[in-house]
Amino acid sequence: MYSTSEASPRTKQVRQLDRVIIRFAGDSGDGMQLTGDRFTQESAAFGNDLVTLPNFPAEIRAPQGTIPGVSSFQVHFADHDILTAGDSPDVLVAMNPAALKANLSDLAKGAAIIVDTHDFTGRNLTKAGYATSPLDDGSLDEYDLHRVDLTGMTVEAVKEFGLSRKDAARAKNMFALGLLSWMYGRPTENTVEFLSRKFAKVPDIRDANITAFKMGWNFGETTETFIVQYEVKPAAMAPGTYRNITGNLALAYGLVAASVQSGLPIFLGSYPITPASDILHELSKHKGFGITTFQAEDEIAGVGAAIGASFAGQLGVTTTSGPGVALKGEAIGLAVMTELPLLVVNVQRGGPSTGLPTKTEQSDLLQAMFGRNGEAPVPIVAPQSPGDCFNAALEAVRIAVTYRTPVMLLSDGYLANGSEPWQVPDVAELPVIEPNFATGPNSTSTAADGTTTEVFLPYKRDEATLARPWAIPGTAGLEHRIGGLEKGAEHGNISYDPANHDLMVRTRQAKIDRIADSLPPLEVDDPSGAAKVLVLGWGSTYGPIGAGVRRVRKAGYNVAQTHLRHLNPFPKDLGDILARYDKVLVPEMNLGQLSMLLRAKYLVDAIGYNQVRGLPLKAAELAEAISELVRSAEGKCLP
Amino acid sequence: MTQISSTDLGLPGLRSGLDGVPSSGEKQTGKDFTSDQEVRWCPGCGDYAVLKAVQNFLPELGIRRENVVFISGIGCSSRFPYYLDTYGMHSIHGRAPSIATGLATAREDLSVFVVTGDGDALSIGGNHLIHALRRNVNMTVLLFNNRIYGLTKGQYSPTSEVGKVTKSTPVGSLDHPFNPVSLALGAEGAFVARTIDSDRKHLTSVLSAAAAHRGTSFVEIYQNCPIFNDGAFDAIKNPDTKADAIIPLVHGAPITFGKDKVTGKPTKGLIRNMDTGAIEVLDLGPAADQYAKDLLLVHDAHNPDPSTAFAISRLTDSGYLNQTPIGIFRQVERPAYDDQARDQIRTASQAATGAPTDRLSYLINGGDTWTVV
Repeated sequence: MYSTSEASPRTKQVRQLDRVIIRFAGDSGDGMQLTGDRFTQESAAFGNDLVTLPNFPAEIRAPQGTIPGVSSFQVHFADHDILTAGDSPDVLVAMNPAALKANLSDLAKGAAIIVDTHDFTGRNLTKAGYATSPLDDGSLDEYDLHRVDLTGMTVEAVKEFGLSRKDAARAKNMFALGLLSWMYGRPTENTVEFLSRKFAKVPDIRDANITAFKMGWNFGETTETFIVQYEVKPAAMAPGTYRNITGNLALAYGLVAASVQSGLPIFLGSYPITPASDILHELSKHKGFGITTFQAEDEIAGVGAAIGASFAGQLGVTTTSGPGVALKGEAIGLAVMTELPLLVVNVQRGGPSTGLPTKTEQSDLLQAMFGRNGEAPVPIVAPQSPGDCFNAALEAVRIAVTYRTPVMLLSDGYLANGSEPWQVPDVAELPVIEPNFATGPNSTSTAADGTTTEVFLPYKRDEATLARPWAIPGTAGLEHRIGGLEKGAEHGNISYDPANHDLMVRTRQAKIDRIADSLPPLEVDDPSGAAKVLVLGWGSTYGPIGAGVRRVRKAGYNVAQTHLRHLNPFPKDLGDILARYDKVLVPEMNLGQLSMLLRAKYLVDAIGYNQVRGLPLKAAELAEAISELVRSAEGKCLP
Repeated sequence: MTQISSTDLGLPGLRSGLDGVPSSGEKQTGKDFTSDQEVRWCPGCGDYAVLKAVQNFLPELGIRRENVVFISGIGCSSRFPYYLDTYGMHSIHGRAPSIATGLATAREDLSVFVVTGDGDALSIGGNHLIHALRRNVNMTVLLFNNRIYGLTKGQYSPTSEVGKVTKSTPVGSLDHPFNPVSLALGAEGAFVARTIDSDRKHLTSVLSAAAAHRGTSFVEIYQNCPIFNDGAFDAIKNPDTKADAIIPLVHGAPITFGKDKVTGKPTKGLIRNMDTGAIEVLDLGPAADQYAKDLLLVHDAHNPDPSTAFAISRLTDSGYLNQTPIGIFRQVERPAYDDQARDQIRTASQAATGAPTDRLSYLINGGDTWTVV
């Protein structure tokens, strides 16, 4: 693209592929996330379907050159609809020995490895724990190894800009990006534009990065090290406008949309925590929509302020991860008791305690269900892909506002930072959410002499939803007091009456159960109609489960799949669906939390497929597990 | 976003804490602010006096009842909102300032009060209190300090004196107590005051000044618990001792206290020790140095530097209370967090053009998009 035909010494082969998985890996200061993100944007613009998986250490800059400091970004792109970031990379770009060592075990034999030879020094090899250089000792013989002096060529290419050697070498990630962009025929205009924008204020750095990027491309075009260029054609996708989007960004946009569609200003009370902080960052940019973002002194103050704002008539939201939810538990109970709308977003990460802050897990489901004192039911909604975070946020807000209740939205680290092409919705088709504030008395009171007066009963319920009125301060005649003490039915004053408490506990539960009336039937994907095994998941395992199920069907087996967006209450037809299948497999990134709920509620012998590695499930391994179960359900012998 | 000062808000001069809250139009009485709920504090509890004072001072503010909100935490005093016919929330232990922060930031048209106690505000909720004070959110915090845990039946509190024997400290408490006023000044509270449950006139005047102050107003109210800590404030209530025990702070007046039995004149005053900079008590008896008398400290609540106010707060006894300054320690103007937060939103909203749905569509269609036909 940047070289003329004369510069090309020989004709390169072009090979067609239907999909490719590339992993960029380097030191956490090497700019791998940016490199991966740019490659993703180029692939998106080209029209491939794609899914990404960033993977980075919790330390901002772990010691350079060490295994704990390795940061990577995996992108899977294809000419067809794909569901996961891929199990095993076809190409690994390793910027140093540690990056190679940390990632090699994920590669299949024959995979391509591109290493920056410049960084394979004795010192770096020692830091990574190599006794001898893997480039020379034959240990990589079964891989397609490409040795490229990325740093040396970058420094040489940007010489004219007079940067220090260190600054010049920093552009090596763009050289690598240029090379990979050539190799897969990616469009480059957006990246050049992006670099011009990003480094507008530092022309030398800008020019060095753009030059390194172009030189990387040209190197691919001219070198004899790489003789094959690959082509992955655009995927067939439904007509519409698309953009690549991460889960956290989609979730933030979903909240903006919920605000517009409900007319309620958003008040986000939040305390920074990985991997949820990007939602706070994003919403803080959108004050023009009337959104308040309050960075609180702690997790409790974040949810407290959100509850205060909800009492005031705004849409209180708090965003956090598992440890934050643990701290917010009492306040969420207060919102259960006061029956105020509140959205609690938990971007789950590996636990317990501080756990694995930058890794993904689904282990907060039971915390969301039961992590409060008393009978304190909270509806739970979970998105299934990065782009789906938009719809899930809207749905969670619908429930919170309609039923006057805190709602838990369970995203996770994989959804938060992973990305996929997202078909931008038509705003005119988004649901409208009606706050229905109370404006006047809702009952009458009869005095001893028979005279009646109009009164306001803050705990008188809507017959259909069992929701109580939302009367906000400033509304004359509706003055009332709420709080954490048990309320008397209808009048809402403090009540210690045993029968009243029993009634109120049951009513709060019944209100949450009523939400099921508003849910659509579950979609069960059972193309043959003959499946004996159902695979049931929730949240971000949608991708790996879908990919695993496809593999199993391709191999000639029958299997059904369904995925839960609503974890509390469950959809009304779930029990019937479970009963239709001989075996139910529940893959989760925990030790069987959904399985436990299903077993308790439906007396179904849910079989768990559980991994807690801080990473998404692998489709191939899952497919094995599904196949085995299908074979046993159908009475077939193991091969 | 650049720093917004009150002048950028286009408002002439200083803003009252009640600016933006609609006025009532018609005359209201204490009865209008009294709910139908039976008051359930122990007989003789100091909370009754504070409740009565609040019910009677609220109508004087001239604002609409429906625009007044009381938020409380947990503890005896936190039952307060139930007895006022305004909007209210009896929330969870220690968190009232955070809930009030969300409420006050969301709505400029509300007058927000926080009712809390020494355990609620200084122990479990200490963090929220100091952060509300530093942010200066427009709210009035009433801290009822009885120096004991009442609702949990008599354990020592963070304001109890060292050595206090309670149910949880049979051989005496080891905890060094907080001085709530010192703490509030240390957190850069812009309005910090102390008053007494039994002095209706002083209580009412301090509450009125607190409500009129824009930003977080902090009022410590000494409140007697007749069940678990009776007599904690006897020295400042007993007619024979109170003149010596109370150091009254009046803005613009020399700080003197004590009462000569014959002349009725003050027997003591505060001066600054020019060598150490400390604030000290000077005996104003006949033998007193006239030069020193001329240097009596004149109380300046409006001093932007809080150090003198802090030094005065240190004259409070931390053990049994025999001496304590009472009044408004500090009253200075500082931009309120909620005003500035709303101003940022107002500025951004005014700059945004088009219907919200159009702007939403523009937002989600931003970034690098591509079209499939």
